Amino acid sequence: MERLRRTMMFVPASNAGMLRDAYIYGADSIMFDLEDSISLKEKDTSRFLVYQAVKTIDYGNVETVVRINSLDMGGRDDVHAMVRAGIQVIRLPKTETAQDVLDTEAVIEEAERQCGREVGSTKMMAAIEGPVGVLNALSIAQSSKRLIGIALGAEDYVTSMKTRRYPERNSDEIFFARSMIVHAARAVGIAALDTVFSNVNDSDTLRKETEFIKQLGFDGKSVINPRQIAVVNSVFTPTEKEIKNAIDVMHAIEEAEAKGSGVIALNGKMIDKPIVERAQRALALAEAAGVYKKGE
Amino acid sequence: MALNNVGREIPKEYAEQFGTFEGQFARRHAYKRAAGEVTAVHPGDSKMLGSIREAIEKTGLKDGMTVSFHHHFREGDAVLNMVMAEIAAMGIKNLTLASSSIANVHEPIIEHIKNGVITNITSSGLRDKVGAAISRGIMENPVVIRSHGGRARAIETGDIHIDVAFLGAPSADCYGNSNGSHGNATCGSLGYAKLDAEYADKVVIVTDNLVPYPNTPISIPQNHVDYVVQVDSIGDPNGIAKGASRITTNPKELLIAENACKVITNSPYYKEGFSFQAGTGGSTLAVARFLADAMRKDQIKASFALGGLTGHMCEMLEEGLIAKVIDVQSFDRDASESMKKNENHYEISASFYANPGNKGAAVNMLDVVVLSALELDTNFNVNVMTGSDGLIRGASGGHSDTAAGSKLSLILTPLLRGRIPTIVDNVNTIITPGESVDVVVTELGIAINPRRQDLVEVFKNLSVPQFTIEELKEKAYAIAGTPDPIVYGDKVVALIEYRDGSLIDVVKNVRE
Amino acid sequence: MQKFKIEKQAIAGTLESSDLQIIIDANDGNGIQIDLKSSVENQYGRKIREVLNKTLSNLGVEDARLTVVDKGALDCTIIARTIAVVHRAAGATEKIDWEGLESWNV
Repeated sequence: MERLRRTMMFVPASNAGMLRDAYIYGADSIMFDLEDSISLKEKDTSRFLVYQAVKTIDYGNVETVVRINSLDMGGRDDVHAMVRAGIQVIRLPKTETAQDVLDTEAVIEEAERQCGREVGSTKMMAAIEGPVGVLNALSIAQSSKRLIGIALGAEDYVTSMKTRRYPERNSDEIFFARSMIVHAARAVGIAALDTVFSNVNDSDTLRKETEFIKQLGFDGKSVINPRQIAVVNSVFTPTEKEIKNAIDVMHAIEEAEAKGSGVIALNGKMIDKPIVERAQRALALAEAAGVYKKGE
Repeated sequence: MALNNVGREIPKEYAEQFGTFEGQFARRHAYKRAAGEVTAVHPGDSKMLGSIREAIEKTGLKDGMTVSFHHHFREGDAVLNMVMAEIAAMGIKNLTLASSSIANVHEPIIEHIKNGVITNITSSGLRDKVGAAISRGIMENPVVIRSHGGRARAIETGDIHIDVAFLGAPSADCYGNSNGSHGNATCGSLGYAKLDAEYADKVVIVTDNLVPYPNTPISIPQNHVDYVVQVDSIGDPNGIAKGASRITTNPKELLIAENACKVITNSPYYKEGFSFQAGTGGSTLAVARFLADAMRKDQIKASFALGGLTGHMCEMLEEGLIAKVIDVQSFDRDASESMKKNENHYEISASFYANPGNKGAAVNMLDVVVLSALELDTNFNVNVMTGSDGLIRGASGGHSDTAAGSKLSLILTPLLRGRIPTIVDNVNTIITPGESVDVVVTELGIAINPRRQDLVEVFKNLSVPQFTIEELKEKAYAIAGTPDPIVYGDKVVALIEYRDGSLIDVVKNVRE
Repeated sequence: MQKFKIEKQAIAGTLESSDLQIIIDANDGNGIQIDLKSSVENQYGRKIREVLNKTLSNLGVEDARLTVVDKGALDCTIIARTIAVVHRAAGATEKIDWEGLESWNV
């Protein structure tokens, strides 16, 4: 099963204190940001900070991601530093075309070869933050085997679209972008991540928004504050009913396999592959949320 | 040198004088209550005096005597400085200062020490500036640090004999009936002051709010009071009782509080009618909020909360989540107000609260207490007194009292503060012995004291990660590096008296 | 072996908790001089100086005067800030020699 990516927490790379502590808050992934949250004159120092931190600090099971600058704005050095530091995923900002991904992949491969890191071991994520990227979502998602997911960056997107965010109106202005991204992700079999919710004090709207994107099929959401992690994780936590159902499905499979039966049925309904996959996913989410232990 | 039960060396002269710590319940000595001298006041005699100076003169304060103050006014206090300044101006010397605690605002004490006005101190705590000065060795005689319960015991047995108690009162009448819940600068409970009033030879009430006789409610009764002085101000109302204590938004502190709440609600003590004491800030206060949520969900009501109270606990009282609140010290304005309004909010004295030698203190009935720590060691001993730099900066307070009395004691602490590991091989100073500590809660997870095998069993399936205390220490050291130990000098600057009167540790001077 | 020469004064880091700020100056012919003010001097002063010296040595810096204000930074932050300030002082921020850094920075 693919690793869970319910929550990806943004951590500005310039903050030494946050780099140390980021992993304790229970996010599935941490994204160290070298791009928009870092001022131009501190790009060099922040890069060295994250480089050294990722080399040294044990982040446990949390996935480590870094958002690099565009290649012509320091991204090359970001890649060289972070590949060597052992980062798991490199996230490209403002991806517009498949070529953007390939250009960065070339630098990653160069770095891997130079430092002797297994070629292909550094994964990638593409953040889509504008209309061109949205329309190219599928070709971006297909562009590289290193891609483990694509994400929506809505702030820049709505500006390019000459509108703004309307969280109070269900964010209809980004519905198309969300749809394109989740379709592209599913077509290729990679993760779909939703954009940040910037009002840290409004848990209710965060919850509603997260429920909506879960409904659309997204795997998770970016978060900017530890307080948002519990809310998002809880939306992705299966209910007791869903867990029970999933367990029943898995039992039915086991029984059928034991009997050597070809067709599996539960409660008069046929269980086919999609149902099994949903059940497995539900149990994985439940386990990650700590509400289910295998073998219970 | 004598080695006590927790492995600390106590210099022979002090070991002989106080006895060494042998265990949290090792001592059970019956005692006859000490008493204050009583001078009759006849009809027509007035207790009202025109100035602090007059009060000092009339009480007969002389060189070598012991004066006391309460610390209910915290950083807003003006009484101690006002009185000590006058005492110094009058040329009186060699006094023992027996204040229930000493705050940062009492920095002028340093000058009084240097000038020989104060030559002995006993207190629960010594905050930053005064503490640092004493750590650097400005006093000849070591300060005796006592917990709230320990100070009460010492006063009742006569170990501390108070010659003159100067007690600030937010509200008093001309005959001395005083309370802390009414007035311009209210402080709520006068729990520490009640005891001094009962046992001191001379009691002077200092108030900025004289009300018609008879003043009620009565925390300090007239028959214990010798004189009353009215001054312009007993202190800064905002320093005395802050506005509502805010629940922290610091994510790490909230995580620790959440973990602590899980421990409490999964313990055998969490049931209808349980009792608890929360802290007054950071994680130890945030626990109260999570606990309140759980109690609402589980339909569980507490029979009482013990305080050190903040407005949050009083809200729980009003909501009906807690039946009664018993209060030795009210920390904020809401708590003070609650004492005034709510008949289920009771004021208790320091002795009622935590004296281990009396016929049963409130802490004995406590189920759960949530405490903090500056440092903790792999034997679960707790330091709330000296900083990681060896300087005295904290207070013993009710820590050792509640940890000993309660059925479940939790120590909440981040794994590191900045670069400093909070879990170490040996703490700088032991205030609370490891045998009183049941569970340590950090942001990474918990460590259960192996002395509590019953809890190890109960928490087997707890959804909070568990570690041994050594593992937590190793993690802290792995992140920060192993710290170099503090280099102390040879001069004993403070004696840490355990609540039963024995010495649990000493503090030496810090060499600069 | 890397070799950096301090050409001009440079600064890196902040005074925030868990960070440290380093101001570096040339010190031609006079070796390494470190003036450290740390919030954790007693417990980690020795370690901090050790890490600073070792990193400077790894970077091949022979002469430098450092003024350091530390607010409880971990070793990885100390190393990162030292690398950063040396690169700035040596005017090497545009062309970073990652191979060179990796040769000692395990």
